[in-house]
Amino acid sequence: MSHGPSFEPKNAAVKWVDTRLPIFSLIHGSLGPGFHAPRNLNYWWNFGSLAGLCLVIQLISGIVLAMHYTPHVDMAFDSVERIMRDVNYGWLIRYMHANGASFFFIAVYIHIFRGLYYGSYKAPREMIWMLGLVIFLLMMATGFMGYVLPWGQMSFWGATVITNLFSAIPVIGEDIVTLLWGGFSVDNPTLNRFFSLHYLLPFVIAGVVILHIWALHIPGSNNPLGVDTKGNQDRLPFHPYYTIKDIFGIGVFLLFFAGFLFYAPNALGHPDNYIPANPMVTPPHIVPEWYYLPFYAILKSFTVNFFWVPAKLWGVLAMFASILLLFFMPWLDSSKVRSAKFRPLFRFFFWILVADIVLLTMAGGRPPEGIWPMLAAVGTVYYFAHFLVILPLLSRFEKTLPLPESISSAITKKSAK
Amino acid sequence: MMRILLFWILIPSQGRIMTTNNKHDAGEGATRRDFLHIAAAGVGAVGAAGAMWPFVDQMNPAADTLALASIEVDLSAIEVGQTMVVKWRGKPVFIRHRTPEEISESEAVVATDMIDPEDDAARVVKPEWLVIIGVCTHLGCVPGGSARGDVVGEYGGWFCPCHGSHYDTSGRIRKGPAPTNLEVPAYTFLTDTRIKVG
Repeated sequence: MSHGPSFEPKNAAVKWVDTRLPIFSLIHGSLGPGFHAPRNLNYWWNFGSLAGLCLVIQLISGIVLAMHYTPHVDMAFDSVERIMRDVNYGWLIRYMHANGASFFFIAVYIHIFRGLYYGSYKAPREMIWMLGLVIFLLMMATGFMGYVLPWGQMSFWGATVITNLFSAIPVIGEDIVTLLWGGFSVDNPTLNRFFSLHYLLPFVIAGVVILHIWALHIPGSNNPLGVDTKGNQDRLPFHPYYTIKDIFGIGVFLLFFAGFLFYAPNALGHPDNYIPANPMVTPPHIVPEWYYLPFYAILKSFTVNFFWVPAKLWGVLAMFASILLLFFMPWLDSSKVRSAKFRPLFRFFFWILVADIVLLTMAGGRPPEGIWPMLAAVGTVYYFAHFLVILPLLSRFEKTLPLPESISSAITKKSAK
Repeated sequence: MMRILLFWILIPSQGRIMTTNNKHDAGEGATRRDFLHIAAAGVGAVGAAGAMWPFVDQMNPAADTLALASIEVDLSAIEVGQTMVVKWRGKPVFIRHRTPEEISESEAVVATDMIDPEDDAARVVKPEWLVIIGVCTHLGCVPGGSARGDVVGEYGGWFCPCHGSHYDTSGRIRKGPAPTNLEVPAYTFLTDTRIKVG
């Protein structure tokens, strides 16, 4: 539906190749003038390409770091310090990789919230949404294993706490943890396998990204109005209009990235990870990286056993459920209106959800003292209530605003005023 | 027996020469061809599962890791009220020389109200020596309380800083998210002042 003119090569060599391997046609049809996108995409639509850029930054910097890194408990920490001090531009490439992970998550979180606000998860885009969640889960696994590699105190204790989550599984939990560790604690076998998988998973992510974009190109992009495009008056060729807009976005994004890279390279990290791992001493306050904090808060929010299920298992189940829940978004929100622009109540609750996730992020980073465990519990209850109670009720009872006839009519009306 | 079975499988039957369209009309249910398909796929599946097992089991502890079996510890240097931390299988083991007050406190408390009810007597060989694995049963952090000046929690034993589990002077979970008491490793007294852990 969003496809423009097909590719007509003028160059004889290009034509020769394209008839045998239609690679130029593929590029033309997916990123070039052959792909038509809604004409009203705003800047929130930049974050998909920005996430793609982050994946490329992580792949390139990561492959280089692997050339200098030693995955052994006795040498890992020192090899990272050597990268920082002795390897030419090693400090730059490592800071790029560490901050790149944070910026990848920033881009992806904004991309996800964009999808939630404008209803991009709804029919016919359910597969795009679910593939995106698969990418998100793979990113979390990759980020976690990457953080273990420098073998600092946070690396070691983060690995210990997260692998121990699986011990909550009844009966076979302990055996699974031993299997993950390859020993009786997080040790050299654990570090080796994490390094291997940390190298592998980004390529798996790249594969799922291709599926994500493939699925996107069937219905085409959603747009801020959430109404389908009805003809060429509603669309623009992807190239040059959105290639230029994406490149502009990349420029702005790189300004922020370079700002962190050169002026605050450790602002998003923890000083404790510059202390070599010590299996005998847990740092007084261990927290995961900022991008895991809301989920960590959900994990911590269960402190008492109920319904014969131990608190620990509740916490673990709730943490996994909080993400798996999102796979059901297209069915939990059955309203036919996609964009929050025409759903005043939905819009209100969307911002409450954003506030709730900010609260969970703060609670996740605090020690379990004072008011924070209570706030984490309230935040967790609200998180689940939003998806399981509020959304289904809203999609049934909310009175939505009238939708414009088409994208072009909405735009001409706006400019006529 | 084997020959008869092979004969039955290999020799074409009426069912096999019929086309798929009329085999049900002929009143015959599953054909020998169906049987062969299922048998072949079944053998293939078992083979694939068997071939996968080494790739799963390689993740389990290797022989040299398992060989790190036991350590011996001299207790004579540990004063009353002190806790020594030794490393066993990559994990800390707390050895506490308990004071008479700690012993009587641990023995006196009624176990039934606890998260993981267990009597103190079941957790020690000699009441003055408490030997426990210093790994929080919640998510594996090392609880504080072994060194002087550590936060010991509300029950005077150990306190896990990660998620706030309180352990008493018998290493039993009394408050917080941990599901079970600190584990007691297998150990034996070689002499009055020497133990073997593992």
